[in-house]
Amino acid sequence: MEAPVPAKTLFGLEFLVRGATQYSEPGVFMSFEESIPDLTKNVASLGFDLDRLVADKKLFVDHVSITRSEFRETGEYDLDGLFIRIADAAQRVGARRVVLDTIEALFGDLPNPGIVRGEIRRLFNWLKQKGLTTVITAERDQPDRLTRHGIEEFVSDCVILLDHRIREEISTRRLRIVKYRGSTHGTNEYPFLIDDQGISVLPISSLGLDHDAPAERVSSGISRLDVMLGGKGFCRGSSILASGTAGTGKTSIAAHFADAACRRGERCLFFAFEESPRQIVRNMRSIGIDLEPWVRKGLLQFLAARPTYGGIEQVLLLTHKRISSFQPSVVVVDPVTNLLMVSTQNEVRSMLTRLVDFLKTQGITAIFTSLTAAGSLEASEADVSSLMDTWLLLKTIEVGGERNRALYVLKSRGMEHSNQIREFVLTDDGLRLLDVYLGPEGVLTGSARVSQEMREKAVVTFRRQELETRRRELERKRRIFEARMVMLRAEFEAEEEIIQQTISESELLGEEVVQDRGQMVLSRQADSSSYKKEARAKATRKR
Amino acid sequence: MRTTKAKTRARPRKPDPRKPVVWNLRLYVAGQTPKSVRAISNLKVLCEEHLMGRYRIEVIDLRKNPQLARGDQIVAIPTLVRRLPRPLRTIIGDLSNSVRLLVGLDLREVD
Repeated sequence: MEAPVPAKTLFGLEFLVRGATQYSEPGVFMSFEESIPDLTKNVASLGFDLDRLVADKKLFVDHVSITRSEFRETGEYDLDGLFIRIADAAQRVGARRVVLDTIEALFGDLPNPGIVRGEIRRLFNWLKQKGLTTVITAERDQPDRLTRHGIEEFVSDCVILLDHRIREEISTRRLRIVKYRGSTHGTNEYPFLIDDQGISVLPISSLGLDHDAPAERVSSGISRLDVMLGGKGFCRGSSILASGTAGTGKTSIAAHFADAACRRGERCLFFAFEESPRQIVRNMRSIGIDLEPWVRKGLLQFLAARPTYGGIEQVLLLTHKRISSFQPSVVVVDPVTNLLMVSTQNEVRSMLTRLVDFLKTQGITAIFTSLTAAGSLEASEADVSSLMDTWLLLKTIEVGGERNRALYVLKSRGMEHSNQIREFVLTDDGLRLLDVYLGPEGVLTGSARVSQEMREKAVVTFRRQELETRRRELERKRRIFEARMVMLRAEFEAEEEIIQQTISESELLGEEVVQDRGQMVLSRQADSSSYKKEARAKATRKR
Repeated sequence: MRTTKAKTRARPRKPDPRKPVVWNLRLYVAGQTPKSVRAISNLKVLCEEHLMGRYRIEVIDLRKNPQLARGDQIVAIPTLVRRLPRPLRTIIGDLSNSVRLLVGLDLREVD
């Protein structure tokens, strides 16, 4: 098995290779440990072609191989030989950069460490004078010392500490800038990775929070959910957390969102940390979401990996790389909690912070699902909720011997959102959100909701029937009243007729009496009575 | 010292003084520094004393021929390389410690 290249050697080599290829600054590599063929072979797997760089006169590699047994010291000496070698090499390629890996080897190889120390100090000054930017590697053997021979004391400009630790069988490499004169440097430990493109350092967090905040909104793919989120869905570029206990439909929500993005013609990257892409496609088809056409069209890409492979930093690097190459506008991470299997909460949180930062600077809308243990619903496992703009909480509600899914918007920055719990049902035709019933016993879902619905329907029907009955009663009463009125009127009219007849008969009768009396008076010759006059007048008229 | 002697004696083909081997000594220096000058004169004195007539000294100034430093893996200056007789011996310093120099060159026994 090949011995791995030490990170410090790689760090130095990358400094030279990048300098030569990207900044047209040729370099000199002085190897005090590995031979040139070994070195060339070992770094070839990291994408560095040393032979070509050497042939192009962009790099000069020199192997300083000395072994103590060959040496016998017979008086004063200096390291002018080394100086001359470096100077000669630098001159050959016009070097601006030098790497000495690992110059501490000289302490082991040369007698009289006092002279070596003095000479190394002189060497560093000399390199500085020559304007050669130099990376000097050294080994750390004890935690309280930076280097075995304390050569960092000669280096005044910048000291970078590389560390490799293994926790719970997963290794992480870390890098820390111990000092960097004349600059405000990050003081944190930065995880870094070595892969086929060399070293990648991933900042713990971006320096500022100055990413854009677009006002544009994107649909969640579930129209009722869009309504809950102020009617328009998520903000573009925001990060959404969908957390819930097992089987609450987190992946379905994410799939809906991915589907909606693809429908808009946007690219979506789906990080599947738990299920295989085929499994997801099959499962989502059962709820009416067909993701396969999008995969075929190249709008949807899956990246399925168990985070246990390679550790959390590897995952982060992988996500970075894929996002950079695929340029999606939507990213799904399902689920983030699987990352916890490989790392501590702190690391996951830091990794997610960095991922969220990265996605935001790219303006990518991302949905993260998170599996929470029952009972601690609002404390999301990875403690990442504060990073998220929108938090959808999914839970199951147990009523009447059933578990039913419910969803609510726990928070959503920058928009009005519904504070109501919705029941959601997975149908053949996708996810549907339904109103839940709030009764004295709490929220009703599932059959309880259905029975409540029926009960309410019955009440309504009953009321309607009652109303109808009353209305009919009223009508009937009115009819009775009207009928009675007609009858009464008829009676009255009949009576009235009779009475009228009687009246007129009586009147007629009275007149005749008076007339008769007047005739009588007239005949009796009565005088000065009114009757008389009347009777006379009448009699006259009659005649 | 004792071990050195024993080793030398135990050697199957001991250099035969009757058939003289011409010593090939190469001294690497870097310019005319006091150390270089001292080393050259120290070497000459020693050779005259112990190897009269059967030595050859080659002084290489790395200031003039820097590329030669890589061949013999020169780091320290001055460095004396005994190219012949075999095996190769490397001695660093200004050669002022003559005892150590003699031991280093396997000349002790000649004394």
